[in-house]
Amino acid sequence: MSEPSGHALWQRRMMLAVLLTPALLWLFALIILPHVQLALLSFRERIAPRTYAASLMQYRTFFAEPLYWGVFVRTAIMSALATAMTLLVAFPVAWIIAKVARGRASSLLFVLCLIPFWVSETVRALGWLILLRESGVLPTLLVRLGITAVPVELLYHNATILIGLVYTSLLFMVVPLVSSLESLDNSLIEAAYNLGAKGPAILRQIVIPHAAPGITSGCIVVFMLTLGNYLTPNLLGGKNSQWFTELIYTQFIVRFNWEQGAAFGFLLLALSTAMVALGLRVSGQRFVDVMRRA
Amino acid sequence: MSTPDLSVDALDKRFADHVAVDRLSFAVERGSFFSILGPSGCGKTTLLRMIAGFTHPDSGDIRIGGRSMREVAPNRRPVNMVFQHLALFPMMSVGDNVGFGLARRGVNRTERTRRAAAMLERVGLAGAAHKRVDELSGGQRQRVAIARSLVLEPTLLLLDEPLGALDLKLREHMKIELKQLQAAFGTTFVYITHDQSEALVLSDHVAVMNRGRFEQIGTPQQLYYEPATAFVAGFVGANNRIAGRAVSVDGELVELLTPQGWTVRARRSGAIAAGDEVAAFVRPEVASIELDAGQLRPQMARFTGEVQSLLFDGANSAVLIVEQQSRFEFRVALPQTGRLADLKTGARVSFGFDPQRAICFAAAAAAAAAAVTAAVTAAGAGSAHV
Amino acid sequence: MKVLLGNVLLLAIVVHGTAAADDPKKLRLITWADYAPAEVVAQFKQETGIQVEVTLSNNEEIISKLRATGGAGFDLAQPSQDRITGVQREFGVYKPIDLSQVKVEQFSPEILEVTRKNATLDGKLYGLPYLWGADGLVVNTKYAKVADYPDLCRADLKGKTSLRLRRPVLMAFAFAAGKDPFALYGDPKAYAALMESVGATLSACKSNVRFFYDNKDQLLNGMRSGEIVAAMMWDTGGWTLNRQDPNIQFIVPKSGAMGWLDTFALPARGRNDAAAYAWINFTMRPDVAAKITNAVGNWTAARATENLVNPKFRAQFNASFPGGAFKDIHWYPAIPSGVEETEGRILDRIKAAN
Repeated sequence: MSEPSGHALWQRRMMLAVLLTPALLWLFALIILPHVQLALLSFRERIAPRTYAASLMQYRTFFAEPLYWGVFVRTAIMSALATAMTLLVAFPVAWIIAKVARGRASSLLFVLCLIPFWVSETVRALGWLILLRESGVLPTLLVRLGITAVPVELLYHNATILIGLVYTSLLFMVVPLVSSLESLDNSLIEAAYNLGAKGPAILRQIVIPHAAPGITSGCIVVFMLTLGNYLTPNLLGGKNSQWFTELIYTQFIVRFNWEQGAAFGFLLLALSTAMVALGLRVSGQRFVDVMRRA
Repeated sequence: MSTPDLSVDALDKRFADHVAVDRLSFAVERGSFFSILGPSGCGKTTLLRMIAGFTHPDSGDIRIGGRSMREVAPNRRPVNMVFQHLALFPMMSVGDNVGFGLARRGVNRTERTRRAAAMLERVGLAGAAHKRVDELSGGQRQRVAIARSLVLEPTLLLLDEPLGALDLKLREHMKIELKQLQAAFGTTFVYITHDQSEALVLSDHVAVMNRGRFEQIGTPQQLYYEPATAFVAGFVGANNRIAGRAVSVDGELVELLTPQGWTVRARRSGAIAAGDEVAAFVRPEVASIELDAGQLRPQMARFTGEVQSLLFDGANSAVLIVEQQSRFEFRVALPQTGRLADLKTGARVSFGFDPQRAICFAAAAAAAAAAVTAAVTAAGAGSAHV
Repeated sequence: MKVLLGNVLLLAIVVHGTAAADDPKKLRLITWADYAPAEVVAQFKQETGIQVEVTLSNNEEIISKLRATGGAGFDLAQPSQDRITGVQREFGVYKPIDLSQVKVEQFSPEILEVTRKNATLDGKLYGLPYLWGADGLVVNTKYAKVADYPDLCRADLKGKTSLRLRRPVLMAFAFAAGKDPFALYGDPKAYAALMESVGATLSACKSNVRFFYDNKDQLLNGMRSGEIVAAMMWDTGGWTLNRQDPNIQFIVPKSGAMGWLDTFALPARGRNDAAAYAWINFTMRPDVAAKITNAVGNWTAARATENLVNPKFRAQFNASFPGGAFKDIHWYPAIPSGVEETEGRILDRIKAAN
């Protein structure tokens, strides 16, 4: 192509601006603007009806009330745990899709991972409820098989929340893993075998380093989704869910305390940002590379 | 004689729709450079993968250094492999690539670093240990791949067309380097390729493989000058293939007549009776071309024709001549002296060859090689011959 | 993040709704499930030509939505009467009722008086009564004998009871402990102390509770399956179950039932007050009010409907409240500001207790 003239260059820039405008407007109107508003909300305090003053009280309340930061820490730990479990479950699945299964079998497996997403998250969680509640399918089955004497309540445990979160997140881990494993040249694995390596060493030295961007991006996506999930912990955890998003919801909708809710929202945003930064640091990845994988 | 480093006994491998390796037996002498040459799909890759242990044979045995490999996993065989695209580990430094196998054997870090550095020095890459793989040139990577294998001192080094991905100039250069490396290390190399020039230049012995079998094993010279089958004659080096019917057989000499009515004579290889379908092979450099028929040597059969095209390629230059009577296209090497360099398209010339140096095979085997021959003769224009 | 985004979307949708063109033939009503029976909505359309567009919600969401828009997006809302003056003082989301537009004579004077007392701010009335009922105990008498709220924490009912973790549960347990929380509304310190002690009781009781229910159906299912044998719930839920299984009964606790009253309130920026008043007058007509009672199960604020409703309901009501509603029920008074913040922290702690 020949060197564009000044006019053509200007035209091209205008074109780019026009094309980008909707995205930028979207970004501004629906992401930046509300966040600015929430930030302002979080830094004020009600001193009398319809009278507010700038204050750090909302954040002070968070740190002063062990309950709030307890739930905060719990949400972070559970999310990290759910992310790790999702990775453990998704990795073999992704490996089979990318390296073992061929053609139709591989697409079929992919579709199997996709099926849970054909119904809404609510329906999915309610499905788990039907399966796990004391009068539900699984406890009844356990009694029939003589494994337990009476039906056991399988809901409302931490393990139940984790299972639900892993199930909900699986696809978001499998997709980046498959794409990063597919790009792994099989001959690298054969070469490692040929040089005397065994399975675990190959996994550690060849497969994982190669898949690192995919693993990191999957973990980031799953962690964020899990941290911000509201329905699954709430429905499956019942009276013991103690998820941070629930506190935010309560502050906003039940307590009409938008100021506190906004502060909680920002703390959650800070948490997820910090965890992502930590994850990138630990895995030695760059954010841009990782997001390209996702 | 010492035990061969590699001996293969009645090895068989079938896939659903075809036979990849067909009851194959052979042995490779210690310290030699052994090539397996064949067209793609001939089974050479399957054979190599069975030696490395990535594919299981249906039956038969592979012995390396005298030990049967039947129950030995690929990561425990005294065999290392240089992969087609080298398969260097991009996530590791050059030094870690070379040290990888040592680490798997439990060699400690200091010792590993020392031995990797020493090995890199031997392949001419001193001081490259800390570099990333993608900082190296194609030829340097090749050397790292070899170093990575040889540092483990394997009984056998397998090479799977490692030069295929390189450009022509580098390929020519790496051929020489490979041969020198093999001589310096003395390790037995088993090299597979579809490029006859690589096989001829590098090897002590070459096996020509076709449809899961070896057509012939021999030195490059034997393959070139005494091909045992029509396939070998067609596959190794450029050749003129003249197909027709045997009119008469006189001792060693067969007289054949092409469907277009051209009569040539050639030395018989195997049993041929008058009336058989046959094919004769004449190498371009065996034939001579002269402006005047009287200049041709007396033992040569003489023909006249017209220059159809000039294929100038330095020392490998040739002329394509259309025989006057049958319109058969015949390829003759140009004298390297530069004589006849001014030959023009359309010029009338005389050409001929010594029937004793033309080889005639029965057509049952010859027909099988026909397709390959056509392809190889066409491609042969640019290749170097020994 | 999802919640934040959800809020933003909600805002966007409500704002979009506000931008829609005025339509005198449309009433945008935000109310509770079942409060606008389809049959009644159809009849209203037939008689007045006004189409009622119903949005289902609950107290908290009604207020949150109105607060988000400054009282726009709806023409009529139905919060509980205790959620009117406090909310109005804080957020100003309602406008005063113009009594000249209302057929006051259709209302039961006793109930209207209760609302007048609770929904008046600075001399202006912000609510009219619509439906009322009571919170009490729903018990499966086949499996459990329960007389008062603290019985839900009894060891023999471990894992078989349920509560809704909202402010009524705090009030109920305060009354059960012999205190009157409403009397302490004016004394924040004493009120906080009372809530602390109720919170401690409920935290200790948490392991007894199978789950905190969020919606009616969740609890009804639990009761039907027998997973739950006793719960704190409002009357109609109990009566519904009673019709399906006579063993399940709505019981007025020894310490008294808690009376709630849902109202009509006009959002500050509602645009079709005429339609709103038309709907109010229409639903309080005895024949329509009786239809509503038959559909919902609760009594409306309309007078002279006793003989028009399903006799079964009447029997159930009389069985549950032998002394009549105004003797057995503690009515929720308007919530003063600040109280809910105290209660909120207590509720959060109960939720997090182990």
